[in-house]
Amino acid sequence: MSIFSRKAKVSQEQADTDIFNKETEGLSQGQIVRKRFFRHRGAMVSLLVLFSLVIFVFSTLGFKIFGIGFRGWWKYQITDIPSLRTDGCSVELPGCPTLDLLPGKNFGLGDHPFGQDDLGRDYFALVMRGAERSIEVTVVIGLVAGFMGTVIGAIAGFYRGWVDAILMRLNDFIITIPTIIIAAVIGFHFGNKGVLFLAIFIGLFIWGGLSRLVRGEFLTLREREFVDAARVAGASNRRIIFKHILPNAIGVIIVSITLLMSSAILLEAALSYLGFGVVAPDVSLGLLISQYQDSFMTRPWLFWYPGLLIILIALCINFIGDGMRDAFDPRQRRRISRKDRAAERHQVVKK
Amino acid sequence: MLAYIGRRLGALIVILFGSSFLLYNLDAYSSDPTEGLRTSTDPRAHQQLLSLIRTLHLDVPPPARYFMWLKGVLGVFTGHFTLGLTRDQNQVSTYITHAIPVTIRLVTLATVVAILFGIGLGIISALRQYSRFDYAMTFFAFLMYSLPIFWVAVLLKAYLAISFNNFLVNGTIAPLWIVSAAIVSGVFWSALISGTRQKVMMIFAIAGSATTVFLTLLSLTKWFTHPGLGPIMMVALGLGFAFGITYLSTGLENKAALRSSVTVVLIGLVLYFPVEYLLTKFSNLLAIFVMLLVTVAIATAVGSGFAKIDRRPVIRTSIFASLFVGFLFIIDKLMKTWVPYVNSDAIHQRPIPTIGQANDLLPEGNFWFSFLDIVLHLALPTIALILISMAGYIRYSRGTMLEVLNQDYIRTARAKGLSERTVVMRHAFRNTLIPITTIVVVDIAGIIGGAIITERVFGWRGMGTLFNTAINSYDLNLLMGVSLITSTMIILANLAADLAYSALDPRIRVVGKK
Repeated sequence: MSIFSRKAKVSQEQADTDIFNKETEGLSQGQIVRKRFFRHRGAMVSLLVLFSLVIFVFSTLGFKIFGIGFRGWWKYQITDIPSLRTDGCSVELPGCPTLDLLPGKNFGLGDHPFGQDDLGRDYFALVMRGAERSIEVTVVIGLVAGFMGTVIGAIAGFYRGWVDAILMRLNDFIITIPTIIIAAVIGFHFGNKGVLFLAIFIGLFIWGGLSRLVRGEFLTLREREFVDAARVAGASNRRIIFKHILPNAIGVIIVSITLLMSSAILLEAALSYLGFGVVAPDVSLGLLISQYQDSFMTRPWLFWYPGLLIILIALCINFIGDGMRDAFDPRQRRRISRKDRAAERHQVVKK
Repeated sequence: MLAYIGRRLGALIVILFGSSFLLYNLDAYSSDPTEGLRTSTDPRAHQQLLSLIRTLHLDVPPPARYFMWLKGVLGVFTGHFTLGLTRDQNQVSTYITHAIPVTIRLVTLATVVAILFGIGLGIISALRQYSRFDYAMTFFAFLMYSLPIFWVAVLLKAYLAISFNNFLVNGTIAPLWIVSAAIVSGVFWSALISGTRQKVMMIFAIAGSATTVFLTLLSLTKWFTHPGLGPIMMVALGLGFAFGITYLSTGLENKAALRSSVTVVLIGLVLYFPVEYLLTKFSNLLAIFVMLLVTVAIATAVGSGFAKIDRRPVIRTSIFASLFVGFLFIIDKLMKTWVPYVNSDAIHQRPIPTIGQANDLLPEGNFWFSFLDIVLHLALPTIALILISMAGYIRYSRGTMLEVLNQDYIRTARAKGLSERTVVMRHAFRNTLIPITTIVVVDIAGIIGGAIITERVFGWRGMGTLFNTAINSYDLNLLMGVSLITSTMIILANLAADLAYSALDPRIRVVGKK
């Protein structure tokens, strides 16, 4: 009843540990991690949602890769200016959204699911293009920063000494300038060179936290017996780093890259909002919000959809990251439910 | 210790040098402050261009120019301190000294509230691990992590400011809203206090009906248009808080603490009219501060009067209770200012502003008017900042608390037969605070430079706005000024966090020779 009451009893904790140990018997590290991750319901749902969202977004308008173009299934492009839809909307507000998720006559996407902007451009196309850009930026920032952070942290932690000192001072320089400041400086001056360039450049400056983590992990792992054994067996430094230490540090790296990506999508949105990110002829979710925030009172749909999409993507990435952290953390134990306990007792009785 | 601090300060200077050099050259090479003037067709443009180049030394290559700038900064030791000139020939330091107080005013309240609520919710969530409340909190925290602040800000402006102002015209709550609020409060409280199903239902019913009655009363008495606490409400709130804080800090069994905190609350309420008079007569911050000291003194005296043994917890409890009563007095005074404030010419019955940091049209010299004005201007940005920053505290304190609860000393404390409240509040909670302190310190430093978006959305003129201007007008010195202050704050905060850690946790020593 009170705030301080405690449910679990000590004996039950012991029993739970037994159940837990039995479940992971005879499995490799990778299998345990995978099993734990698949069991994390939030992470699995998020993974599914994010995966379908990415496919949906990229197939809508089509894209071009290595010179081969793929046509999208949506009828409008962001440059099309169809006439404003008036039927079904109030007179002062033409171009209202046609998306209807309730079963009935109008169920489905309709002609302009997210409505039209004041010019008549199809907002669904704009939002999808914005989401494409945001996802690209996020992935590129994650990859570049992840690569930089891992390599620099690994080298610093493995070689120690003056290499470590120099790299970590460089790290300090970058970490002390707030991310948004350095990103804004980069974004403002290089934003016109294209989204990809912007993302790579930002990625080059936000690996500070990750490299510290990786370095710490390497510092502990390099002292372990298996590294000594590998060295005695004549393995080269490169082999030790890539084959022996890195696989053991991969959990930390993947988790932080995931969390880095979820902050990268918000960073991109914030930069575009401030005008230091993606610039006008191109589209991004942050830019759409910034362009249409004043129409919230008159055409609310111009404001709602890009924001909801950002939240959805960031939320999914966060949940996936959480699931990975739980899966990789050996101290983390899943919740043993009443059903598991009952099954365990049943087995004991049968024996 | 001193040697350690000295060494860290030495490292700090090196790091600041490196990071400022990096940023200076990055910005100097990528932007051209003369671009606008060079392409201008204005006949005076050439003249202006020359003078700009002369005053900002643009003819010197950036790495060398950096050292000219650094010389001005290092002048702090010789008394010739300057952060350089802005493009319009003013001292950068003047701009910054004007901007810092604004930013601090913007972030202080939000940070304090976010920390208190974040840690509280995180710890309760850890105590109820894997409960429905825990899952809800996790989801809530992730949701807040994923919110873009500028998007939330627009929603807040629309629903909290504009709609609330519309609501104030009438001031009555529609029944539908009352019912939904009752359900929300019922769900919240029943999730918070665990127990058997029957108990949960009971708590749901109690909380729900209490909310219904309360809101209906507020609506019927037109409380929102004529707010005020009144003696009954003050007594109820004060006594409620006295019981609550005693429960949390010493437990209700400690009769001395209970009596002393209740006495403090009653003394405060008896002194209602004298205090009210004093607040009206001497309305300035100094007077409030003096009254605060008197309050704490009275609480200490009462506490030590009641306690026979183990005085400290009793005194602590009564000080908390007395501070709450003081807070009630301030709130009451502000509510009394509400009606004249709302009806004044500058406000026009629309009290919650969507933008700006103060209303310039208000009559000068009325302390409580401007106090209320500042509070109301803070409302929206504060809520937005709390929403964004609370998530981190919830997750972090939950994680730390779970880790602490698994420690051996907690098992020992339970084995000794200590009550669960003592174990949680005295053994677990305090140890949870150690790592939290360190992230709080660093966060506070970061937020001073990091309120860039919040300032932009709500139209405050602090450090963030300065930074925005600096980038948009290619003003290198201004940019460097802002970033130097922010970086220094962050590094100093890191140092402070390490020192705090070693002070709080005896296992950690900073006096380090390798």
